[in-house]
Amino acid sequence: MALLDVFRLHTFIGGVHPHTEKERTNSKPIEVILPKLGAELIYPCSQHIGAPCEPLAAPGDRVLAGQKIAGSDAFVSAPVHASVSGVVKEIRDILTPSGTRCKGIVVENDGKHEQWPDLKPNPDFRSFSKEQIIGLIKEAGIVGMGGAGFPTHIKLNPPPDKKIEYCIVNAAECEPYLTNDHRLLLEETDRLITGLRIILSLHPGSKGIIGIETNKMDAIDILKKKCRDFPDITVMELMPKYPQGSEKQLIYACTGREVRSGTLPADSGCVVNNVDTVVAVERAVVRGRPLMRRVVTVTGGAVKRPGNYKVRLGMTYRDLMDAIDGFAEEPVKMISGGPMMGVSMFTLDVPIVKTSSAFLCFTEEEAVIPPERNCIRCGKCVSQCPMYLMPYMLNQSVIRGDLDAFCADGGLECMECGTCSYSCPAKRHLAQSIRAAKREVLAKRKK
Amino acid sequence: MSDTKLIVSSTPHVRSEDSIEKVMADVLVALAPATLASVYYFGFRAAFIILLCVAWCLIFEMMYERLAGKPYTIRDCSAAVTGVLLALNLPVTVPFWLPPVGAFVAIVIVKQLFGGLGQNFMNPALLARAFLQTSFTSDTVGWVAPVRSLIGASGPDAVSSATPLALLKEGVFTPQSADYLNALLGSVAGSMGETSSALIILGGLYLILRKVISWHIPVSYLGLFGLLSFIFGRQGLFTGLPLYEILTGGILLGALFMATDYATSPITPLGKIIMGLGCALLTFIIRTYGSYPEGVCYSILLMNLAVPLIDRLTKPRVFGTSGTSGPTVKEARS
Repeated sequence: MALLDVFRLHTFIGGVHPHTEKERTNSKPIEVILPKLGAELIYPCSQHIGAPCEPLAAPGDRVLAGQKIAGSDAFVSAPVHASVSGVVKEIRDILTPSGTRCKGIVVENDGKHEQWPDLKPNPDFRSFSKEQIIGLIKEAGIVGMGGAGFPTHIKLNPPPDKKIEYCIVNAAECEPYLTNDHRLLLEETDRLITGLRIILSLHPGSKGIIGIETNKMDAIDILKKKCRDFPDITVMELMPKYPQGSEKQLIYACTGREVRSGTLPADSGCVVNNVDTVVAVERAVVRGRPLMRRVVTVTGGAVKRPGNYKVRLGMTYRDLMDAIDGFAEEPVKMISGGPMMGVSMFTLDVPIVKTSSAFLCFTEEEAVIPPERNCIRCGKCVSQCPMYLMPYMLNQSVIRGDLDAFCADGGLECMECGTCSYSCPAKRHLAQSIRAAKREVLAKRKK
Repeated sequence: MSDTKLIVSSTPHVRSEDSIEKVMADVLVALAPATLASVYYFGFRAAFIILLCVAWCLIFEMMYERLAGKPYTIRDCSAAVTGVLLALNLPVTVPFWLPPVGAFVAIVIVKQLFGGLGQNFMNPALLARAFLQTSFTSDTVGWVAPVRSLIGASGPDAVSSATPLALLKEGVFTPQSADYLNALLGSVAGSMGETSSALIILGGLYLILRKVISWHIPVSYLGLFGLLSFIFGRQGLFTGLPLYEILTGGILLGALFMATDYATSPITPLGKIIMGLGCALLTFIIRTYGSYPEGVCYSILLMNLAVPLIDRLTKPRVFGTSGTSGPTVKEARS
């Protein structure tokens, strides 16, 4: 059966089949977690790619759930909303889960969950113009929630000369451990489909594709049943493989199109949105609610109660862990995001942001990284690189300090998916060295 | 909880279970049938020669690493693989002082002096064989017929015997179906590893199924060689015996175990095919027109030298571009 799948299922070239470790949480329904009375919620002013926001509330102000507390006039930006009602305690320099620092607004939860009065549903959203819908999405502060954080209203509104033919929902969820999108697909199927139809309505004549890996057969069945009435939506079954959820690889898997280097998916007639993002679009357009919460998979051997939790944005990981009974044992590594591309953290006192898809707590056994040894030239990194690079050769150029050779071999095209490091039998730090060299080249460019 | 003992590292945070040990262990498993067969066919002395080769390879690897102050790597089994391959390339009659000489050339000169595992630019076992054959010719060409045979009568003791390829070269020999069967099962004269073709093929298939090696080098090597030896037969055009040529001599061992050595073969599928075709052409020329009956060893060694060039010429096209390269540092800066 698995052998036949190769011929039947769509996918990209290269990639790996890591242990998914999804069994721990893929049957756990989404559980809503509310911040405790008096808890501090932290809202970073920059949770997206683009210009950081400026605070719109001052210390001492009372803010309500859904109230815009930070915004920017810049074109590429996304506003931030309070997710609870309470008093702004302070505005200070805070640490984000990605390890960077930025300005953050700290709100103390008063436990009343009083809502901003302007939030109201739009029962007649179907008669809205394109500009109105884009405006709703922009004001809701929606960004790519799969991890990239690119403002969604810009993605959905490409220049008029770029015709969008395919609106793809990224339901691949190829990162091991993660099940938050899987649960959303099962539990909020109708909202996802409505969200996708809203996106399709922005691009007349375009087709909807839900790209989903076949390790989520229950979700595929539900989606197929519910999409039967919408001939413009295809549920595309993909062979489970990492990094299928990477934008370019997903577009290739779903449409056979190769997004050219240096261009955007829109140049290839495609726009890709993550599951949670599409659901957020529905919430913003139909129910008039800004982005205030997201689903986070909390898992790993060190977690007492692994599961999928719907969390208010701004809640710290410490408060989240307290709310779900904490740790089974002392974690040795904590990761915000998936194990392949997530960021390892050194403290629990960082907020959950729009792009936080998962929180992994590894035991010593899970966290072990074997020592680096000689490259044996097995060629795995080359045959599996989804960008068709030669990671072992790039690694050698980096070791020699030869950045010209590094660039000549296409090093800057690396998307840092980590496939090469994952599969290397000599455990070489291939992706790590390539990432470092990319940073060095880009820093030199800035000079 | 205390936040003091957390590991913070760059992505990815997980690794596959693949390891150098597993790759090398797979190669040893694949070589086991042919190795055991050589003991069966050539007797106890074969086992002793194999043991000597492996032991000396391990000893030299350890000694060198101790002197150089490097971490010991004998547990990765790569030296053991070299030892087995070296033994399989020698006739059973070699004197006992020869394995240590070969092991020294393979491990110290070819492998360690160039940086150890994966850094050698020629196959260690093959270069050692070439070295021994050139330096101690009379000690390394004592090809004998097996002491045991599965079919037909066999001598009580090892007797010196011409290899099938030497017979072919003399042009006085036309193999019969029994000769094909002997070549397949291993009852022919030759080095320890080039007797039982069936078991070598079995080992090669195991490596391909385990995805340790790909099909590209063996198929292109054997395919082109078979074609060439049929077209330009020893008795005139289109008179060749491609199957017998492939089943005898060291070409199967070479195509499946030597030319596919990671360190000395190209990385990309296209590069591997070029490597296989090059080996086939050279082997054919040496066997048919050269003065040696067998040319596998030198063909692979010569192609080993071309690998860096092949690698450079067969870089894959980068995704989303039409060429093999991205922007240069200079372009990136502007």
